[in-house]
Amino acid sequence: MNATTTNTANSNARNSSGELLLDVKQLHVSYGMVEAVTGIDLQVREGQIVTVIGPNGAGKTTLLSAIIGMLKSKGDVHFDGNFYKVPDVEQMVGKGLGLVPEKRELFTSMSVADNLQLGAFQRYRRGDRGYETTLSEVYSLFPRLWERRKQLAGTLSGGERQMLAIGRALMGKPRLLMLDEPSLGLAPLITREIFRIFADLRRQGVSILLVEQNARAALKVADYAYVLEGGQVAMQGEAADLANDPRVIEAYLGLASKHQELLSS
Amino acid sequence: MKPRHLLIGFIVLLAFAPLVLPTFQITLLNYIGLYALVVLGLVLLTGVGGMTSFGQAAFVGLGSYTSAYLTTTEQLPTWLAWASGSPWLSLLIGILLTTLVALILGALTLRLSGHYLPLGTIAWGISLYYLFGTLEGLGGHTGVSDLPPISLFGLVLDKGEEIYYLIWLVLLCAIFITQNLLNSREGRAIRALKGGQLMAESMGVNTFRSKLVVFLISALFAALSGWLYAHTQRFVNPTPFGLSMAIDYLFMALIGGVGSVWGALIGAGVFTMLKQALQDVLPHLLGSNGQYETIVFGLLIVVLMQKSPGGIWPILMRFVPAQLKRRRLLPEKPATSTELPHRTLPEHGQVILEARDVTRRFGGLVANNNMSLKIHAGEILALIGPNGAGKSTMFNQLSAVDTPTSGEVLFRGESLKGKSSREVAKMGMSRTFQHVKLLPTMTVLENVAIGAHLRGSKGVISSALHLERLEETSLLQEAERQLKRVGLGDYLYEEAGSLALGQQRILEIARALCADPCLLLLDEPAAGLRHKEKQALAELLSKLRGEGMAILLVEHDMDFVMGLVDRIVVMEFGEKIAEGLPEEIQTNPAVLEAYLGGAD
Amino acid sequence: MNFQIAVLLGQDGVTNGAIYALLALSILLVFTVTRILLIPLGEFVTYGALTMAAIQSGEPTALVWLLLALMLIDCALDLRLLVQNGFSAHRARWIGLKLGYAVLMCVLIQTLPLADIPMFAQVLLTLGLLVPLGPIIYRLFFQPIASASSLVLMIVSIAVHVAMVGIGLLLFGPEGARTQPFSDTGFSLGPVMLKSQTLWVILVSVALIVMLFIAFERTLYGKALRATAVNRMGARLMGISPVFAGKATFAMATFIGAMSGILIAPITTLYFDSGFIISLKGFVGAIIGGLVSYPLAAAGAVVVGLIEAFSMFWASSYKEIIVFTLIIPFLLWRSLTSHHVEEDEEE
Repeated sequence: MNATTTNTANSNARNSSGELLLDVKQLHVSYGMVEAVTGIDLQVREGQIVTVIGPNGAGKTTLLSAIIGMLKSKGDVHFDGNFYKVPDVEQMVGKGLGLVPEKRELFTSMSVADNLQLGAFQRYRRGDRGYETTLSEVYSLFPRLWERRKQLAGTLSGGERQMLAIGRALMGKPRLLMLDEPSLGLAPLITREIFRIFADLRRQGVSILLVEQNARAALKVADYAYVLEGGQVAMQGEAADLANDPRVIEAYLGLASKHQELLSS
Repeated sequence: MKPRHLLIGFIVLLAFAPLVLPTFQITLLNYIGLYALVVLGLVLLTGVGGMTSFGQAAFVGLGSYTSAYLTTTEQLPTWLAWASGSPWLSLLIGILLTTLVALILGALTLRLSGHYLPLGTIAWGISLYYLFGTLEGLGGHTGVSDLPPISLFGLVLDKGEEIYYLIWLVLLCAIFITQNLLNSREGRAIRALKGGQLMAESMGVNTFRSKLVVFLISALFAALSGWLYAHTQRFVNPTPFGLSMAIDYLFMALIGGVGSVWGALIGAGVFTMLKQALQDVLPHLLGSNGQYETIVFGLLIVVLMQKSPGGIWPILMRFVPAQLKRRRLLPEKPATSTELPHRTLPEHGQVILEARDVTRRFGGLVANNNMSLKIHAGEILALIGPNGAGKSTMFNQLSAVDTPTSGEVLFRGESLKGKSSREVAKMGMSRTFQHVKLLPTMTVLENVAIGAHLRGSKGVISSALHLERLEETSLLQEAERQLKRVGLGDYLYEEAGSLALGQQRILEIARALCADPCLLLLDEPAAGLRHKEKQALAELLSKLRGEGMAILLVEHDMDFVMGLVDRIVVMEFGEKIAEGLPEEIQTNPAVLEAYLGGAD
Repeated sequence: MNFQIAVLLGQDGVTNGAIYALLALSILLVFTVTRILLIPLGEFVTYGALTMAAIQSGEPTALVWLLLALMLIDCALDLRLLVQNGFSAHRARWIGLKLGYAVLMCVLIQTLPLADIPMFAQVLLTLGLLVPLGPIIYRLFFQPIASASSLVLMIVSIAVHVAMVGIGLLLFGPEGARTQPFSDTGFSLGPVMLKSQTLWVILVSVALIVMLFIAFERTLYGKALRATAVNRMGARLMGISPVFAGKATFAMATFIGAMSGILIAPITTLYFDSGFIISLKGFVGAIIGGLVSYPLAAAGAVVVGLIEAFSMFWASSYKEIIVFTLIIPFLLWRSLTSHHVEEDEEE
């Protein structure tokens, strides 16, 4: 079942410049008696955008939650050279791992500014007072958030919420930003905008692990991709290769594939 | 050896206990029995029903004081004079009074969720306690003495070892009744209260009624215990009915195992004996001027809850071999098993469900905008769209879980406005959930039988006495039939939580079918299914369509949808952007844009 | 009832109400952040009052041994973690600090001329003994079951309350205690004499509430606690640890509870078991606030105090009944306004 169908997994062939930032080995996660993730290996290098695609219920969200320590898991997680037998959320966030969850999980009854400030909680705790600079960076990245800084997060629109969630995660100065379905419920224009920001972030040295339903957009922006199915890695390879792989087209670009020509014409 | 043999052995031991044990031990056993009766009610209420009550001690007091007042007061008001002097008549009045009080309090507090119920019960528990101590006729804090003993068939039960038999007989009957009730249609509804209310309501269960039923039963058990207590002691004062006793009852329930009927007995037993032992030992260690056992007790409970939140019973069950635990649930097939009557499905092509200009706003967010669609009998309609397009909201409007801000939904010509999901279930709409909602510790068969709730009619009393076995058999057989139909026939007695996610989705379909619907609403049924399972599901759905069922699918899986459905409605940003045959949808530019939008 | 009596009753009512308001706020704070109904809060009130009384009578209170014992257990657990997870200088220093603090307290209690030091120092000493108990209690009893069902949390909370009442008897004995008022002057307002302690209670309560408000609105740590209450998952993703939040709220609740005890000790005689009924009245206030709204809870608590005072006058033996049946209309109102079937929070 766990067949690596594309042989580009060889690490030399991958964006070889970066150091290994995240290295997950044989990760297993169970809910009660049901195993949702069964032995996943996954790597992210510095400066890379890696995407994980796959159908609903394939275990994508579970994977991210386990990596950051939100869920109990079995297996190894190496992040930034350190080994975590049992990852612990606070520790991982402190070490520079950020997660923008699918449901955003904003502090809805607090202001936009407060939400952003809380994003720097771990830095503040460690005595790092440089978050004011980050704050102005986030505001210049998302001018909309500056306009709404005094508004309660609960009153924002869907796109603004996503911006706030990303901005809040950026306040922690993450080395690796994990995003769960960032395009969920967003208009194409905003999705495009947000995906462009991912490319910007990479230029600033933030690596990204992107879980997406919108496989096409994800493969376009990513360097490397994993396809998850039934809690396992079904395929992996360079994003550009996977985007043209007939099996991926058939299964995940589904509807689109049949009319690719129609679109490109 | 079977569980039955254990039970018989236990009863024999109980029967001979008074012949061998000294009076003091019998008194202890009497207390254990009296406590266990109250705790049994708590197990039902808290462990099974998920409602925490600090009011049980007050109900015990209600039973006690009613009997104390009626049997000792010289000059009863004339309208009560007939009940004077006889414990049995006062029991009757106690039951009536308790029922009345429980219904009023239940109506006030049971609709509340979370912590309001326990806090509410603390409040009226305290009030009732102070009332016992304050009311003139009840002897104030000194209490009422010289209660007459209970006499049974001319036998006066005025010694501890005599009333012992009555106490334990009542307790065993209560356990019997409780177990019967839990293994019935009503019982399944009660067991769904903890963590499955939304699901149960959509299967037609009146969850409020179920809550009231368990609340009432637990109150009656408590009052019965109080009545026995009053006539065992032949003296009552307010102390044993206060909040600290209410807390002790809860402790007993959690010590024993709040989820199981026998946990009540173990909890009451362990608590009583341990308390006795601590009271004997601690004064020697710490001096005699305090109730130091409370310290040890408090800490022991903390440790128990940290190590085994389920109490002692689950620990014991670990030592019981598996084949002993496994119960066969399906009652023996009676000679005349009757198949449940079926609904006649509407004629092919008739409009079953219609949404007219449905708009749903949440604050400033428009989740559905002017959505219209029709589903006909014998047709599969798919509702598709990118994640976050508002499909789930639409699904909620169609299934009467939510009410549209404007526009309306008609089911078989009737508007769903103001209808509860329960009423809609009765009209023949049945659904599954995007995030599987089942009761993980119940068997697959029982889970599916909840779907047939509306097809049975036998109530609490016949369930408690198991007078409904014929109906129960046909309900379970129907569940079995549906499970076989969807291909889960091998898993009838597995715990539902142990199935794979895909199987759990299929289980939900079997449960929906068990309701004998004419419209099936399926929320992402193919998610998490393997290829073969998808094919089987598609076959099943086609077959149902052939029989005249109307089916609405919300789905992501394009392959699954394209090959199966008759028509497709596509949503984006809360609006319908396309509607038509699968082939039309596949070439519709607006749809392609919606799905590929972010790419370029 | 004439005007004079009404003012006197009102004075009593507002005094008690202010205390209930403080307790209601602590209950809400702990509940929204940790899901725990802090039933032992009342014990912190009585411990506060009884410790203050012991100090004023010059007795080296046995409470300090409880602090030392719990601190030792706490540090032993810390040490075990240190061994398991590898040595860290920061953690080791922290253990040393905690132990040093407990020992310092022991020395202070044993050597200071307790009865003769200024009252302000007595208050500080009482708080210094009690406040560390809060986080330790959270750590020992609640932290291991932080994700358990609310029923288990509640039972453990009650068990801790029951144990603390027993320990209270062991530490302070069965006699009740009253302490000296903060100052002796009274104020006359027209024909009525206002007790100075009343003013103290109201002043300190208001000051505490304002401080809480500032802490939660202006400081990042305060905001972090609020964030945990609003969205636990979101807060964890920001690296706000639930352990930190739990300990911090327990410390605040202990502080407020002990302070309340110190405040009312000159007015009311408190016994080792008086705490429960006091904290229950705080709960009534919190319920009126719907277990969510802070201002409503505070207002509700003041109403509870007033109703209690006036029912004391009209029907003293029905006082408790009146106070506790007071929540029925609120429950009824809640039940009529919440229509939808609610799912349990967790399995």
